[in-house]
Amino acid sequence: MKQIWIITRRELQSFFDSLMAYIMLIAFLGFSGFFTWLFGADIFFVKQASLQSFFGIAYWTLFFFIPALTMRLLAEENRSGTIELLLTKPINDWQVVLGKFLSTFLLIIIALVLTLPYYITVANLGPIDHGAVWSGYLGLMFMSAAYISIGIFTSSVSNNQIISYLLALFIGIFFQIIFSMLSSNISGLFAEILNYLSVSTHFESISRGVIDSKDIIYFLSLIFFGLILAEAGLAKRRL
Amino acid sequence: MDIIVKNLTKRYGAQRAVDNISFRVKTGEVLGFLGPNGAGKTTTMKAITTFLTPNEGNITVGNFSIYENPEEVKRHIGYLPENNPLYHDMPVIDYLVFVAELQSIEKTKIKDRILEMINLCGLEGEKHKKIGELSKGYQQRVGLAQALIHNPDVLIFDEPTAGLDPNQIVEIRELIKRIGKEKTVILSSHILAEVEATCDRILIINKGKIVADGTSEELRKHSQGKEILKIKIEEGEKNIIYKALQELETTGIVDFIQDEENSFEIQTKPELSSRKAIFKLCVDKGWILTEMTPIETKLEDIFRELTLN
Repeated sequence: MKQIWIITRRELQSFFDSLMAYIMLIAFLGFSGFFTWLFGADIFFVKQASLQSFFGIAYWTLFFFIPALTMRLLAEENRSGTIELLLTKPINDWQVVLGKFLSTFLLIIIALVLTLPYYITVANLGPIDHGAVWSGYLGLMFMSAAYISIGIFTSSVSNNQIISYLLALFIGIFFQIIFSMLSSNISGLFAEILNYLSVSTHFESISRGVIDSKDIIYFLSLIFFGLILAEAGLAKRRL
Repeated sequence: MDIIVKNLTKRYGAQRAVDNISFRVKTGEVLGFLGPNGAGKTTTMKAITTFLTPNEGNITVGNFSIYENPEEVKRHIGYLPENNPLYHDMPVIDYLVFVAELQSIEKTKIKDRILEMINLCGLEGEKHKKIGELSKGYQQRVGLAQALIHNPDVLIFDEPTAGLDPNQIVEIRELIKRIGKEKTVILSSHILAEVEATCDRILIINKGKIVADGTSEELRKHSQGKEILKIKIEEGEKNIIYKALQELETTGIVDFIQDEENSFEIQTKPELSSRKAIFKLCVDKGWILTEMTPIETKLEDIFRELTLN
């Protein structure tokens, strides 16, 4: 546990030292703020004291930003060879993967915490469904964790950060939208499977305020699966 | 802590990078790993540090096997990989703190330990700079500092003096000799003089196999089975001398030495000496022998002989 936390701290430090964290936070708050308050189907257009429009925007901004955060996590260590120094210290592959996962997840949490003023503002504007807000945040956290684990996996397969970014987007887009689009065009068992595989289905059901164990199991298994693949990507050096 | 490598084999695809090698390094011994590029030195070192898993064979460090207790093995090893990969965006101090924490050094001792390393490796003026801003020699010192920080029993250095200037090379060699007294050290290099200067024992490997193992004197003696002499005889027709020398019972190959009048290189047959016979021959014929020097085989020659075929 201690080893994981050491890795997490170093990665988090590195996010902030490289300005990556600031760029991500500013861009995330800028985009989500702009579309939540100023433009398009914003809160004043919807005329409801709810954060649904924010969750909808954050769902997409995080989808694009997360691979940008995760792409270097292992790809850079592989390219520069520092992975060798790291893994010859008393630490195992799992601890490295989990440490890196946790660091990105914490950065996302920081980003989400910085949007709490939106919640406070809306709550002052009208009667807000507090449960729906918290479950919306919970949905964003689950969804972020899932994409982080996919991003770490794609970062482990290549030494090239651009490739790992694009690969993460490519895999992600299936979960994000393609599965649910396909499932609405066909019917039967296959459609149901696709629908179950889609992140959007589970995200929407959580962010509506219904926290079902089915959704939680879905996200946890997606995270777990991504991390297992990432660990396998690290371990392939041994072959 | 002894390192025992037993029947280690590592394949990359069909190619055997390391082919069934076994050796043992004892505490207090500095082992030099020699071999041409691609001989399997780095692969063997990576296997000892558990970074690679061998296809066959076992390695134990102290009482710990790389299969059963990889974490314990790693805890006792200080490793400086080839090309010295470091986090270039981290300041030296922060990096050393990071490594010290990973090595589970007690919080209260981390500061002292880092100061000690900075003094030992001569990083005083550079400690607040980012690693990427340092010159190659200083980066190498950071690499050494991170390998030594937890005071490991076993040190594994893959080409520790690559990229250093001559003064630094001497410093590092002295450092290795000093700390090597109570530790087990394996270092690889293709600079032969370096291995000769720092190592108690030399292991030459070629194409994944051990081709020689011993102290530099032993290796010399071994390949020197035949005595080689350089002689100079004055006042005599060189072709006649050449013939007479060849007819001696003990001599193997006789050669003219170019650019030097009446000089010959004589290879004696194995296990024999032809010095007396040559002297007698000169006395009998009335030639004047002005020079007779045994030629010592250089480590370079042994190395070339062992690894070229």
